[in-house]
Amino acid sequence: MDKTNIIKKESVDTAVESLLEKARKDGVETVWERLAAQSPQCSFGEQGICCRSCSMGPCRIRKSAPKGVCGATADTIAARHFVKMIAAGTAAHSDHGRAVAELFLAVAKNEVSDYRIKDEKKLMQLAGDFGIKTEGKKKDEIAREVGEIALAQFGQQKGELAFIKKAPAKRQEIWRKMGIVPRGIDREIAETMHRTVMGNDQDYQNLLLQGSRCALSDGWGGSMIATELQDVLFGTPVPVRGQVNLGVLREDEINIIVHGHEPLLSEMIVVAASDKELLQLAKGKGAKGINIAGMCCSANEILMRHGIPVAGNMLQQEAALVTGAVEVVVVDVQCIMQSLPETAKCYHTKIITTSPKAKIPGAIHVNFDEHTALNSAKEIVRRAIENFSNRTKNISIPREKTDLIAGFSYETINYLLGGAFRGSFKPLNDNIINGRIRGVAGVVGCNNPKVTQDENHLLMVKELIKNDVMVLQTGCSAIACAKAGLMLPEAAAEYAGAGLAEVCETVGIPPVLHLGSCVDNSRILVAANEMVKAGGLGEDLSDLPVAGAAPEWMSEKAIAIGQYFVASGVFTVFGVTWPTLGSENLTRLLFEEMESTLKGKWAFEPDPIKAAQLMIKHIDKKRKALGIDKSRERVLFDMAKRRELEAV
Amino acid sequence: MSKIICSAGIRGAHKIVNRAKEKWKEAIDKWGPEQEVGFPNTGYYLPVIYGILGIPVKTLKDMEPVLERCSALLPAFVEEKHYLPYLGPALDAGMATFFAEEILEAVRYLENPDFYTKQEEPTAGNIWLGAADDIILRKRGIEFVDGSAPGFAAILGAAPNNETAVKIALELQEKNLYVFMSAESGGKTFSQQLVESGVQIGWPTRLVPFGPDTSATVFAAGFATRAALAFGGLKPGDFQKILLYNKERIFAFAIPLGEVTEEWYANALGAVNFGFPIIADTPIPQILPTGICTYEHVVSNVPHDKIVARAIEVRGLKVTVTKVPIPVSYGPAFEGERVRKEDVYAEFRGGVNHVCEWTTSKTMEEVEDGKIEVIGRDLDQIKPGSQMSLAILAEVAGRKMQKDFEPILERQIHHLINYAQGVMHIGQRDTAWIRIGKSAYEKGFRLSHLGSIIHAKYHSDFGGIFDKVQVKIYTEEEKVKEILGKAKNVYAERDARIEGMTDEGIDNYYSCTLCQSFAPSHVCVISPERTGLCGAYNWMDCKAAYEISPTGPNQPVQKGEVIDVKLGQWKGVNEFVYTASRQKIDHYNFYSIVYDPMTTCGCCECISAVLPLCNGVMIVNREHQSMTPCGMKFTTLAGTIGGGISSPGFIGHSKYNICQRKFISGDGGFQRIVWMPKALKEELSKRLQIRSEEIKVPNFLEMIADETVGTTEEEIISFLQEKNHPALSLEPILG
Repeated sequence: MDKTNIIKKESVDTAVESLLEKARKDGVETVWERLAAQSPQCSFGEQGICCRSCSMGPCRIRKSAPKGVCGATADTIAARHFVKMIAAGTAAHSDHGRAVAELFLAVAKNEVSDYRIKDEKKLMQLAGDFGIKTEGKKKDEIAREVGEIALAQFGQQKGELAFIKKAPAKRQEIWRKMGIVPRGIDREIAETMHRTVMGNDQDYQNLLLQGSRCALSDGWGGSMIATELQDVLFGTPVPVRGQVNLGVLREDEINIIVHGHEPLLSEMIVVAASDKELLQLAKGKGAKGINIAGMCCSANEILMRHGIPVAGNMLQQEAALVTGAVEVVVVDVQCIMQSLPETAKCYHTKIITTSPKAKIPGAIHVNFDEHTALNSAKEIVRRAIENFSNRTKNISIPREKTDLIAGFSYETINYLLGGAFRGSFKPLNDNIINGRIRGVAGVVGCNNPKVTQDENHLLMVKELIKNDVMVLQTGCSAIACAKAGLMLPEAAAEYAGAGLAEVCETVGIPPVLHLGSCVDNSRILVAANEMVKAGGLGEDLSDLPVAGAAPEWMSEKAIAIGQYFVASGVFTVFGVTWPTLGSENLTRLLFEEMESTLKGKWAFEPDPIKAAQLMIKHIDKKRKALGIDKSRERVLFDMAKRRELEAV
Repeated sequence: MSKIICSAGIRGAHKIVNRAKEKWKEAIDKWGPEQEVGFPNTGYYLPVIYGILGIPVKTLKDMEPVLERCSALLPAFVEEKHYLPYLGPALDAGMATFFAEEILEAVRYLENPDFYTKQEEPTAGNIWLGAADDIILRKRGIEFVDGSAPGFAAILGAAPNNETAVKIALELQEKNLYVFMSAESGGKTFSQQLVESGVQIGWPTRLVPFGPDTSATVFAAGFATRAALAFGGLKPGDFQKILLYNKERIFAFAIPLGEVTEEWYANALGAVNFGFPIIADTPIPQILPTGICTYEHVVSNVPHDKIVARAIEVRGLKVTVTKVPIPVSYGPAFEGERVRKEDVYAEFRGGVNHVCEWTTSKTMEEVEDGKIEVIGRDLDQIKPGSQMSLAILAEVAGRKMQKDFEPILERQIHHLINYAQGVMHIGQRDTAWIRIGKSAYEKGFRLSHLGSIIHAKYHSDFGGIFDKVQVKIYTEEEKVKEILGKAKNVYAERDARIEGMTDEGIDNYYSCTLCQSFAPSHVCVISPERTGLCGAYNWMDCKAAYEISPTGPNQPVQKGEVIDVKLGQWKGVNEFVYTASRQKIDHYNFYSIVYDPMTTCGCCECISAVLPLCNGVMIVNREHQSMTPCGMKFTTLAGTIGGGISSPGFIGHSKYNICQRKFISGDGGFQRIVWMPKALKEELSKRLQIRSEEIKVPNFLEMIADETVGTTEEEIISFLQEKNHPALSLEPILG
């Protein structure tokens, strides 16, 4: 076993630790064992200098062979690999967005009956973003136009993505000057894949320009479309109390875990679970009810909107099965381990795949179609109920579960900071300017078994809030911190610095805010935008005292997200491992040179405390540039000063 | 702890909204849904509801959607553990509180019409004034605009003892702030404490006893909301702008004295929506982070001797007060205070005694700055209750001093003396009437202090136009007569000179953007024959103000090329207005009510409106509360045309302007006047008569209809025909 992959323990989560013990007893193989079996892992691959783009290869770059067969350098190979990751991540988020847009349009056209538009206010706002005239038009008509424009973003060939205009003017100018404004989402993904075939774009800097453009078509395109349309369809999240960790599974109820990413499926499962007939059926089988719990971003979606309990994050998917108490794990797309059906064999659990894009051998496939959504959902729930009687006595549900407050959309934060009449981001900016809040960090991303599960997230986030940096979260990182109780309002007094704690107490919020799933990283962009608009913190996203991080990243999606944050002017730190270290030039471009063009840059720091310190250092640098690093005199107004004020 | 405040405030809001619902149901049962409701004499209905929600509540029925909105706004109680965020919901609860309180108070006006005096001052048996009507709002508005009242303090409850109450009130008065009082604490109210201590309360002394209940606090919020509507030109329902306007321009704060109840917390949350912070004397929790208010939101446990200073600092207000070396308190808040006959120590009454006030310029050598002489007997040499003659002669000198500034300085004597506590001043020149109260005398006030006031305030307010001033105060009968004789000649000379000034005779007018602190796009341009519409500034005042403060709100405006001589439009003026109005207005006419008239802000003294049937105009002054022939009361008119817009058919102007020769001269002028309130006619009768003779219709006054003739065009037209009013034979006013 390679020493680099030896970790002290698998997880900081005692629920996971106890179930791993049970797994070993039950003879179940888990991700940690497979990692051990894989070790040592390919160091060329890890450094991004293994190229298998053509059959002249595979080529591995080393001192004795500094070029691939085709002549490609380490810079080219690592850059191609890196931008391919961006393209893959962008494709994943954007295909999610496309599915939402398709459903949205079908709803607007009254072609499906199980969904309806829930948030009309946001619909109108979206119509405004798209430049649609709404006067005298009916809701459905407006929705149809919104849906059509949203869907057209994917196949658009020229011009600019519609949401680009949401960014601060100065940011748009930077993008235009660099020629990296995305034209259409699919086009940027396709062009990236074209550029990376053998013998094509072999200038690492040029490749990264396209990588940035492709990533932007994720953050300001596919992901943003997904979030915005989901809010209109399923409701914009508002603060909600929820519970997290495997303790949410119930011994006396039918347990269904919804795992994956898109809320199209999970929303319907939630509806089906409250169907009277099915509840009756469940009772007939001796169950007290039907308990839905989420996993990964599916969890985040239904937690944010309905307060549905969260079973856990990515590295808990196998552990959930080991409880022996799960009737069905229903999955759609992304982050689903192929091992699930194999693990399920040891218990009574059924794995049900639903997306034609994601099938797994050994799983049952129930095709999920938006036209028959509720019926499909009911069928899945029925299968779970019928499986209840197959439970064995080998059940162990951990007691660990923690309360959390979720539901912090941009709109919610805006409301919370002033109510229905004075809502704005101004109080946030004010308290950043006066130094109570040092800055804002987005800590997001995955779990990775190469590090103790959740540990990096927790250490980093605690270090940040201790230093008065407010933390916004999505994805598995959010679930990690929720499990540790950081998403409770009481956490402010316990973990946050005095300034941040005071602001949190004023508003009644936790110091760490849950913004949703991984497509909801677009909410962080929107929030940052709003900070620029609220004034006093510069004119561009890059002027803000903010930073981003994914301390336990593993998915290509994380690279896409990271790159769109960097391309939006945000300093972004990743942990665990870094895929370009085999190319000094590319690494320098990412870690240093991008700051002079994009005004944002990457950093790699596996130590989460050190990584947090880097973020704080960056935030302090921005504070200094804004001139808010020193305390300010109170300005007292006389009449002459009042006359100088602009009209409100 | 914000949580404690928000939790208590949300509970209080629930109580208040529930009470409003019950009261409303009772009222509906008793009076029926169509029953009219409202606060007295206002065009803003229930003002917070009207401003924030845009709902004009006219009947009991109209309250229903407001109560529904209250219910929707009321959040759930804050839980002890793992609570949901509360700040936004709590602020909503505060708003719901204000809406509910307006409903409670409106129902009270219905059920108990005499609960409030509905006047500016307490009556014999009742100290509670209730909501300010629009006359008060507009009259006081100008003080808010020009900075003589930088804001207001809403005091809830009572001080621990009367002495402390008086101290706090006095300190607020000395800082020129209005004090709005409501609610009781420990069975006492702040208003009662002041009355018990012999302090005069009411609008004139800026100590306003709104009401004894917590719900009367909403009258302060209503005043603030109306300021935004009336002076800020904001539209009802544009809640965000109205609230931000208040945060940025109305420097108000609340001082709860005594135990803070859940209902008080609910009101506090309402106040925070307006950007008004809370400064408490009890050890309640604090909310220090900024954001909704400019600085801290709630500051507590402030000792009584520090509470005013702390409140002003927390609100971010700068109050500059000139220290006047006299033994009584001094400031605009004491301007409206009266000295009653039985309290008079000494009286100098123009018309009965020989009295005059005269400011004149001298050479630098002739004036010794700060020298104050009393020639004749001083107060300690006369009997209490005496009446005697008095001449005040202020002699100024300085390189920038001009003859034209003398009357401006002289006119200040009225309010400067009036600002002294226990001293009353009415009139000017040889009609001045001064009373010095026994209390002022007992505190050591002597006649020389009249000179001290003039010396100190002339320097602080007009230091830019002179260097030295000395004051001579005569009580010796013969001396007074001699000075009076000289002064009268000067008065006559000045009047002739002012009369002779014309718009054509000078090259530049003056702008006045004084009220841009409140009406950000309004620009007055003041010419000799069109004085400022607030009545406070004429061309000469502006000229002096410019000399004093060259970068201030009064700037010379070169007329430039004439665009329309009849209607009064100049290129230079247009250009200036375009810039100064922040690109909102690109031109207007000085002398027309019909064609692109000058813009009007919320503080005009009078409004003229075209009456097409009568082929003339009607004029209504802001004191006139009743209906007018144009179908609108003054307050509705002001609400419609104020806020810095040009509204053809309507124009705001001063009282003085009515008899100036250029008054709507582009549309036919003075002879177009067909209607004005009787009281206004009487007030201006002398000047109206002179103008009537000038236009060769000496009995013109009799031809002007008033409310006794009618309040509709139909009613007055036959009167005009009968009197053969000249307007009827003029060409059609609307062209």
